[in-house]
Amino acid sequence: MAKLNTVARTGNEAMAEAMRQINPDVVAAYPITPATEIVQIFAGYVADGVVDTEFVAVESEHSAMSACIGAAAAGGRVMTGTSSQGLALMAEMLYIAAGLRLPIVLADVNRALSSPINIHCDHSDTMMVKDAGWVQIFSENAQEAYDNMVQAVRIAEMSKLPVVVTTDGFIISHGMEKIEILDDAEVKKFVGLYKPENYLLNFDRPITIGALDLQDYYFEHKRQQIEAMRKSKPVILDVAGDYKNLSGRSYGLFEKYKLDDADCAIVAMGSTAGTTKVVVDGLREKGLKAGLLKPRVFRPFPAEEIADALKDVKAIAVMDRSDSMNANDGPVSLEVKAALYDKGLNKTIINYVYGLGGREIRLDEIEGVYKNLFDSIKGKKFDKVNYLGVRE
Amino acid sequence: MATKNKEKKPGWKELPEGDLIIGGGTAKEFKTGDWRSQRPVLIPEKCISCLTCWIYCPDSAVVVKDGKMAGFDYDHCKGCGICAHECPVKGKAIKMISEKEAKSGKA
Amino acid sequence: MANLKDLAKGKELFSGGHRACAGCGAAIIARQVIMAAGPNTVVANATGCLEVVSTIFPYTAWEVPFVHSAFENAGATISGVEALYKSWVRQGKYNKKVNFIAFGGDGGTYDIGLQSLSGALERGHNILYVCYNNEAYMNTGCQRSGATPKGADTTTAPVGKVKKGKEQYRKDLTGIIVAHKIPYVAQSIVGNWRDLTGKVEKALSMEGPKFINVFQPCRLGWAYEPELTCEMGRMAADTCAWPLYEVVNGQYKITYKPKEKKPVAEWLKLQGRFRHLFKPENKPLLDDIQAAIDKNWEELLKKEV
Repeated sequence: MAKLNTVARTGNEAMAEAMRQINPDVVAAYPITPATEIVQIFAGYVADGVVDTEFVAVESEHSAMSACIGAAAAGGRVMTGTSSQGLALMAEMLYIAAGLRLPIVLADVNRALSSPINIHCDHSDTMMVKDAGWVQIFSENAQEAYDNMVQAVRIAEMSKLPVVVTTDGFIISHGMEKIEILDDAEVKKFVGLYKPENYLLNFDRPITIGALDLQDYYFEHKRQQIEAMRKSKPVILDVAGDYKNLSGRSYGLFEKYKLDDADCAIVAMGSTAGTTKVVVDGLREKGLKAGLLKPRVFRPFPAEEIADALKDVKAIAVMDRSDSMNANDGPVSLEVKAALYDKGLNKTIINYVYGLGGREIRLDEIEGVYKNLFDSIKGKKFDKVNYLGVRE
Repeated sequence: MATKNKEKKPGWKELPEGDLIIGGGTAKEFKTGDWRSQRPVLIPEKCISCLTCWIYCPDSAVVVKDGKMAGFDYDHCKGCGICAHECPVKGKAIKMISEKEAKSGKA
Repeated sequence: MANLKDLAKGKELFSGGHRACAGCGAAIIARQVIMAAGPNTVVANATGCLEVVSTIFPYTAWEVPFVHSAFENAGATISGVEALYKSWVRQGKYNKKVNFIAFGGDGGTYDIGLQSLSGALERGHNILYVCYNNEAYMNTGCQRSGATPKGADTTTAPVGKVKKGKEQYRKDLTGIIVAHKIPYVAQSIVGNWRDLTGKVEKALSMEGPKFINVFQPCRLGWAYEPELTCEMGRMAADTCAWPLYEVVNGQYKITYKPKEKKPVAEWLKLQGRFRHLFKPENKPLLDDIQAAIDKNWEELLKKEV
């Protein structure tokens, strides 16, 4: 295991630190609250000459991703960061980056989508682009944000897919934590050199990237992309394995917290998982078998593995920090339900849409969710979808 | 379509990964010559090899060898007539004839 | 500057087999520009006629590295390519001299692509942006653009019982680009190879952002016989409907002054998109168009030092 340095960092600072150590060839970015600091801090590194990165201060998020695509197609290691409306504005380009199979890493600080305009945390922004073809990794806290950024580079380059690493806006992005970071040299060694086989600056082997596909080729290219996403699952686990050797910290497709013998479980992503762990500990002290499943990788969705982890749980609450506007449930709940259905597991699943637009989620509210789950085991019925924390 | 490709097209496992064409100028394999309804014909004794036809051909279908006008690439020529129109020689060193005439003449 | 025999010695960098219309002016522009730039060039294209016809998978007409990402971002895409190049050169990883050229139609340049072009120019990337301007969104079926001149018949500003084609004058995009204070801005045409290749060579000899607005007759959208494409370009210059000039570090120089400035009607009457202007009741519109061209030409003459 390598040497670890204990430092105080907010989520944004942790991500910027990781980017500094990764030292990408190009960062093209545009400011948006609450992600702005990541690129601002990084611009400071550029100004001090501590990175080799060419920083392109583009004039919109759409151009940010366009420039990232140009730089990645040219052969470079490329990173950027944004939130909410910025992610929405570059949505077209996110699909394109994935279709062109470019290993761009994007730090998304989760913030609600307008309208109404709101600068606070919810997951609607990354949920909007869940089908864009990007690997999506959710971070619970600043430590995970740092670790995920470092791992994302290798995941992206080995899968030939772009990767988004999220943190919860303001809650994590601006929250100060004690984290452990690696030495610069260790990160440099871990990410290694990026040597693409095909790139624009190779005049010995000129390429055309971004050609028009008629009906006779589009489906084949998309099928390749689907396969690459499927194969990114073992890649994510491999990279996590190597990262554990380096840092001592374990990562997988999801985290199980006191889940193995749990009667009731909450499925929650991001910072709410951290809050839920506190509640779980409290309930366990009272002798109640509560547990938590925290998805880390939302795309590719580890359906079989999650269904397997939940198979003995009697009642499940899935927490969604975004809504799909009258889809059957919220987006995470849809995935979990389908995963369980495929395994022939018929369980009580209650969906809680919560925390929209930065609405706080409190310990007592999560306790209330567990109370409902334990009551449901005893036969009490609950609505399929509930809105937790909204004023009626 | 110019080339009715009877061979089976590659499957997703055979194609290079991504929307990627490796190598330049693969369009040369696509024969746009059958779009024509007329074709240019060179009158060599009038041609001064000024290469005006060559520089203005949209389809790179004028063949130049050692700085001299050497004819047309009929695999790709679309018969637009720019070469004949631009030819500066009095009386023109290029004339356009219909495909029908061209094919019957060569029968 | 190279002559045709020298240019013909080089490898053809824009091959045949692309699916442009017979007589396409954009193909002529692409071919002449890349010929002048040479093989050490990376090309980016906005979505549009040129990109679509030249890169239908698995066929590419480009013998140089080529990237297309989307419609409104040729400026931003080429900025990214150039930024990576600068990064690698600075890191000592790369030392070849490379040109970076972006092509966009008037659609992808005047309208939807204006923002990303403006940003790229303001940031000072070492790129050349070539607009192939056929005065409408031709690839989607000849809809009006910000570059469409007043009175032209397009599918979204058509000539009908009540309307007489586009009601607005076109944008002076070249003027907008000059206001960015970049080292080199120029206007050129299809039909004068010396002018276009000369301007490309001059632009590429300079550091920083460069822009050339190339007037591109389109036989389909303008409705004329395909062999006239080059002649149409020259007539635009002869009528001063599309003046040929360059602005080098802010100094205007008109690169072609017609010996005899021709009345614009002589050129308009050759195009189907202006056919309606020759009805007697539309004479005021025709006069208006001539007056606007004259005014623009006079103003341009005054800008020359």
